[in-house]
Amino acid sequence: MTSSSPTWDAIVIGGGHNGLVAAATLAKSGRKVLLLEAGSDLGGAARTEEFAPGFRVSVLAHVLNRLHPDVVRTLELERHGLTIERGDFAPSVALSKDGALVLHGAYGEVLTGAAPSEQSAWKELRAQLLRYAGILKPFLARRPPDLSGMSMAEMAGLGQTALALKKLGKEDMRDFLRVLLMNVADLLDEQLADDRLKGLLAFDATLGSHLGPRSPTSLLGLYYRLAGEAGGAAGAQVIPRGGMGAVAAAIRAAADKAGVSIRPASAVARIIVEKTRAVGVTLAGGEELRARAIVSAINPATTFLDLVGPSEVDTGFVRKVRNIRMKGDAAKLHLALDRPPQFTGVDAVDHKGRLVIAPSPDHVERAFNPSKYGEFSPEPVMEITLPSLTDASLAPSGACVLSAVVQYAPYALKQGWTAGKPQFLAAIMAQLETHAPGIGSTVRHAELLTPADIEARYRVPGGHWHHGELQADQMLMSRPVAGWAGYDTPIEGLFLAGAGSHPGGGVSGAPGLNAARRIIAMKV
Amino acid sequence: MIPQSAEAAPQGNSRAAAQSHFRTLRPGTPFQPRIDALALKNDWYDWAGYRAPHSLWDEELEYFAIRSQAALFDISPMTKYRIEGPDAEAYLDRVTLRDVTRLKPGRVHYTAWCDDEGFVLDDGTLFRLSPTRFRLCSQERHLPWLLDSAFRFDVTVEEETEAIAGLALQGPTSSAILRDAGFAGVERLKVFDLAAFDHDGASVVISRTGFTGDLGYELFVPAGKALGLWDRLMVAGAPRGIRAIGYTALNRARLEAGLIVANADFTTSEHAIRADRTRMPDEIGLGFMVDPEKGNFNGRRAILEARAGRKLRHVLVGLEIEGNIPAEHAIVYHKKSQEVGLVSAAMWSPMAKRNIAIASLARPYGDTIVDDLWVEIYAMRELQYQKLMKRAKVVPRPFIKLDRRTASPPADF
Repeated sequence: MTSSSPTWDAIVIGGGHNGLVAAATLAKSGRKVLLLEAGSDLGGAARTEEFAPGFRVSVLAHVLNRLHPDVVRTLELERHGLTIERGDFAPSVALSKDGALVLHGAYGEVLTGAAPSEQSAWKELRAQLLRYAGILKPFLARRPPDLSGMSMAEMAGLGQTALALKKLGKEDMRDFLRVLLMNVADLLDEQLADDRLKGLLAFDATLGSHLGPRSPTSLLGLYYRLAGEAGGAAGAQVIPRGGMGAVAAAIRAAADKAGVSIRPASAVARIIVEKTRAVGVTLAGGEELRARAIVSAINPATTFLDLVGPSEVDTGFVRKVRNIRMKGDAAKLHLALDRPPQFTGVDAVDHKGRLVIAPSPDHVERAFNPSKYGEFSPEPVMEITLPSLTDASLAPSGACVLSAVVQYAPYALKQGWTAGKPQFLAAIMAQLETHAPGIGSTVRHAELLTPADIEARYRVPGGHWHHGELQADQMLMSRPVAGWAGYDTPIEGLFLAGAGSHPGGGVSGAPGLNAARRIIAMKV
Repeated sequence: MIPQSAEAAPQGNSRAAAQSHFRTLRPGTPFQPRIDALALKNDWYDWAGYRAPHSLWDEELEYFAIRSQAALFDISPMTKYRIEGPDAEAYLDRVTLRDVTRLKPGRVHYTAWCDDEGFVLDDGTLFRLSPTRFRLCSQERHLPWLLDSAFRFDVTVEEETEAIAGLALQGPTSSAILRDAGFAGVERLKVFDLAAFDHDGASVVISRTGFTGDLGYELFVPAGKALGLWDRLMVAGAPRGIRAIGYTALNRARLEAGLIVANADFTTSEHAIRADRTRMPDEIGLGFMVDPEKGNFNGRRAILEARAGRKLRHVLVGLEIEGNIPAEHAIVYHKKSQEVGLVSAAMWSPMAKRNIAIASLARPYGDTIVDDLWVEIYAMRELQYQKLMKRAKVVPRPFIKLDRRTASPPADF
């Protein structure tokens, strides 16, 4: 195994969903692929794990809304057990003391709980948002344009986007450019009146980033969300049966079928660079493995600063990598409940959806403010799912799993998370109690993962699930760093394939697929 | 000195003293009292923020002091970094172009360093004072770059420009003067050797280096011991014609030696405002420093890519120009019509007895096409330009080669 001729065509580091997608795609191209995962389980942040006896939950990502159709097609995931029907689409419910407001179908094809005037305003805004997100969609899927030398295919892709822009018509194109970098709150104020609806959209735009709704460019987050799709419908979302782990399992099945060799519990300690070329990896146990291509589907900073080491890359590049902002601001809550909770004013069927506590843009903004100064939100905003209502096997009979993404929880909490965590949990429970009275008394077990926990448990530096803030300056040609957004790296033979690369995080598989396609195109 | 902030400063004398910092626009070096006393011409320029003399009493005679006697030149404003630690060698090997593992303790080499794009940030000299301690001297300041480069290296990088004073003693009698000043054994130093000597209870590092193409030495001493060292050399050197000189004289000597000056003969990458002004090592005659075999160093990838893709756009050449009118900043033409480059330094060389210049040309001119080159000299003659089209020949640098520069031991002039 330690001979100097490469044993493998490609070694993929990291068995998260992007690593699996990259490995499976490379193996399907006829390459001999080895995938190394540090943990004992595959799936990374897209795992389903037991957090209390009999209770299982999606560990980080819990809503599937952007798995790329090319990934589904390329890996034939439907044959490997992943199916998404229109009937699976989960509604989004804006919780409020003034009664719930519900977006049905694919991101509010139908809106209930709002005044007729608001319904027609929403219809227009939704169409506009989807139209504009549609322009960005190809950008947020393909390899970003290479400014230093564009291939014909890339030119053609850009040309198509230009054409799509032109098809918008003059007024619409102007408006697209006008709003592109706006903050979401201002745009919502222009077009909507209902605080509940605005609150929900403000939450969705800022979910997973260190932005409030009034932060410049916060609208981009909403476009990012709406550039995703499920079951062929833009903006649609599902709560996957079996949890997100089932999605990872389908991708893994595709990887197995394609002949990928998978080794869990094999942490990579070093990427071996010889004569400025990546030629293999050294495992934590000392074993050396060699390949023609090394594909890192883990964090870009970890890849270059820890596994490669700064001396093998240039100072300017190290500067850029060290400056990637990746301090998470979201926590994950798992509750094992004696019985399903009853959220006030929410229909039984809508409890299967995504329940959002973000009563107004102001509320979201106020929740964000303290995080700028290293404090958690005293009245946090959150998105809640009750996955055991969709898949009863996730909880013991009659009991219920609650999974919530909660903001804002700054990675570098000033008082430290040891002291802060119980206080933050109390603040979250107080919010839940307001909207689901009595829920507190049904809690059998609570697990709160702060960004610090997420960092330690899932090898995500800063606990940021996008592996780098997803803001305008860290997107497209600047992701993970300017000049190296195309999955290849300054080190020959080393490629990036994780969420830290374009287009970013979320269970999309796009970085993994794009990286594999790049390697295949480069004939590595 | 930087004024302290209101919160941090103790009220009182130190703050009041700092308030007038702006009145001294160009501070002096540790040798300033001696230089001021000799600066009959009061002809100053700004060298990296310091007040430095163009010329002290006579440009011509100062130049000839370098070539016929010994010239003392204050190099204190040169930017100096102290780089120390177990990883210092590996660190410098990554930062600079040449192979630092081949630079032995007690030796100096001329090197350069580049950014990620392979564009030259600066050139300078690297002194290896011990296996783990170096001094890097350069034209421009680079502390942020050097500190960022040190990430994950066990090394400390400190600027010591103010703390260390420097002198260049250049010319045929320089070795004898040092010996007479009591630096016993200095004659054993070969070119690019360095050694530490005692001076007034401190240590002075003397290296057989310089910027003149002549026999010469450079001396580095703690700033507090600077004046004593100056006096020691001046006293010992008096019988052998030691003279203090300014930059104009040195600049002539360096041109004869074919040496380039950052931000005079090429624009350093961090100073270039226009995108096409940056230069790779191969474009300014420093390609010989690039060592592709030594492992990664800053700019390696870009430089090798440019070499492979024939993307090198410029070349720096030595020119010999007919006539005797210096072609300073003249445009270089091919076939008298096509503009192909610019002269960055030029002079009539008293030593070479030739009209010499350094020029940057756009390839392939100066590279594969070297014939039919011309320079257009604008000679001002009583408020009228006389435009001279003079033939230029690409010639190797240095323009002069003096055996005494390398003779070991040096002759006792």
